[in-house]
Amino acid sequence: MSEFQDIAPAAKSGGGFRWLGRSALGLILPLGLALGWEAAVALHWADGRLLPTPSKVIATLWLLGLDGTLPGHLLATLQRVVLGFAFGVTAGTIFGAVSGYWSLARRLLDPTLQALRNIPSIAWVPMFILWFGIFETSKVILIAVGVFFPIYLALSGAILDVDRKLVEVGRIFRFSHREMITRILLPATLPSYILSLRAGLGLGWMFVVAAEFMGAEEGLGFLLVDGQQTGRPATILAAITAFAIMGKTTDWLLASLSARALRWQDSFKPVE
Amino acid sequence: MLDLINLSKRYPNGHLALAGLDLSVRPGEILGIVGGSGCGKSTLLRLISGLDGPSSGSASLDGTPLTEPRPEIGMVFQEPRLMPWLTIDQNVGFGIRHLPAAEQKSRIGEALARVGLAGYAGHWPRELSGGQAQRVALARALVGRPQVLLLDEPFSALDALTRSDLQDHLLDLWQYDRPTMILVTHDIEEALVLADRIVVMQPNPGRIRVEVTPPLARPRDRLDHEFLAWKYRLLAELDHASRPPGAEELSPAAAI
Repeated sequence: MSEFQDIAPAAKSGGGFRWLGRSALGLILPLGLALGWEAAVALHWADGRLLPTPSKVIATLWLLGLDGTLPGHLLATLQRVVLGFAFGVTAGTIFGAVSGYWSLARRLLDPTLQALRNIPSIAWVPMFILWFGIFETSKVILIAVGVFFPIYLALSGAILDVDRKLVEVGRIFRFSHREMITRILLPATLPSYILSLRAGLGLGWMFVVAAEFMGAEEGLGFLLVDGQQTGRPATILAAITAFAIMGKTTDWLLASLSARALRWQDSFKPVE
Repeated sequence: MLDLINLSKRYPNGHLALAGLDLSVRPGEILGIVGGSGCGKSTLLRLISGLDGPSSGSASLDGTPLTEPRPEIGMVFQEPRLMPWLTIDQNVGFGIRHLPAAEQKSRIGEALARVGLAGYAGHWPRELSGGQAQRVALARALVGRPQVLLLDEPFSALDALTRSDLQDHLLDLWQYDRPTMILVTHDIEEALVLADRIVVMQPNPGRIRVEVTPPLARPRDRLDHEFLAWKYRLLAELDHASRPPGAEELSPAAAI
C-alpha cells in the first residue's frame, strides 16, 4: 500500500492497517476543528450565523445533491479544470522540453516566457473575454495559462540540472538523441516534473474559481458567487468544502499514479 | 594496438592539460598512469574514450581514429555513475541493449556473477554499498567485452580494505577476456599491484616524466622488498614531478 502514500512514495510500510492508521492521523486536525466549532455553537459560546457549523454545511451539500444541482456544478468545474490542465500540461511540457534541451530555443523563448510569467494570469481575463467570448473557451484558456508556467519552469530547469556525469555514461554507450532523452533525461527529470504537475493542478483549481467568477451559469465558482449574492454563507462553505475535497482527491490520484514511477528515489525519509 | 601520437589538449579556458603525448599500448597490456592532480591523466582518458576531442594529434585503435565513443572501448569512472532509476541488471544491460533479450539476460547474469553480485539483479543502486556499486560499474563496462577498458581512478573513493580487495578482483576479471587496460590513479601501490607498465606524468603542461616496466612477479605482494623498492622509487619520481619547474635548481640555494 505504500505506493499510495502521498508525499513519500518510496517509504516502506507494513500492511494496510498501519497505512490506514497513518492516514487517519491526517484527519485529526480537520475533524477536531469541525467538531470543536460544532460544539461551540451548540453550547452557545459562539453564534454560527456568519460561519455556519459543519452540520449545516453538510446539510446544504446534501440538499444541493438531492435536487441535482451539486453534481452539475461539480462536473462543470471538473471539466474546466481537466481541459485547462490538459492543455496547460501539453504546452508546458513541449515548451519546457524544447527550451531545456535546445539552447537556441531557450535563448529565443525563455526571456519572453519569463516576462509573461510575471503577469498575474487574472490580468488576462478582460483580454480573454474580448478574444474568446465569455463562455467556456476563455475559462479553459485562463486555467491552461495558470497551469503552463510551473510546468514549463520545472521541466526546462530540470533538464538543465541533469547530472552531466550520467549523460557521459550515455555518451560512452553511444546513445542516440532519442535514447538520451528516453533513457536518461526523461527519468532524471521525472521527479521534478511530477511535482510540477501537482503544483500545476493546484493552480488549475485556483484559476477555475477566477474563471467562474467572470461569469458562469454553472460550477462551484458560480455557487460561491451565488451564495454571496443571496447571503447564504452555508452555500459558500459548501462550495469551498467541495473545492477542498475535489482538489485533494485529484492531487491524491496524481500522486498515486506517479508513485510507482518514482519508487527508485533515494530521498530523505522523515523520522517516524 | 592503441596508438597515441603527439596528443595535445588545450581547454577553452586556455589551460594546456596535455602537451604532445606519444604512447603505444599493446593488446592485453595493463598500463598504469600515475601523477598528481592537474597532470592531464584524466584528460588523457577522456580523449581515448572519445568523450572529448584532442586539440591536436591523434588517438587510434588498430588504425581506427578514436574521435567519438566506440563499442570496443569501455570506461569505468571514479564514481559508479549508475542510473538510480534502473535496477542493477538494467544498469549492467546498458551497454548490450542491441543484443537479443535472451543473450542480454545470460550475459548480465554472467557479468554480475563475475563481480560477485549474482543475487543483486533486481536491487536498486541505492541499496548497494560504494564497493558494490563500483563492482556493478565494472560489470557494466565489461559486459560488452571491450578490447580496451579505461579506468579513471576507479577505486579512489573506497576505503583501503575494499580498495585492495577490488584491485585483486579486477585482475581476476581481466583474466576472462584480457582486454587492454589503462588505469589512471594517484595511488602508486595500486599501479604497482595492477600494471605491467607504469607511466608517471607531470603537470604544467601535462606530459610523461618517466616510463617504467617493473619486473615484479605476479601475483604481486604489497609487502615484498622489491615491490616496496619500486614504490619508493616511483614516489620519488612523483614527488619531483609535482614540484613547480625550477624548484630543483632553487633548493640548493635555499640550503645556504
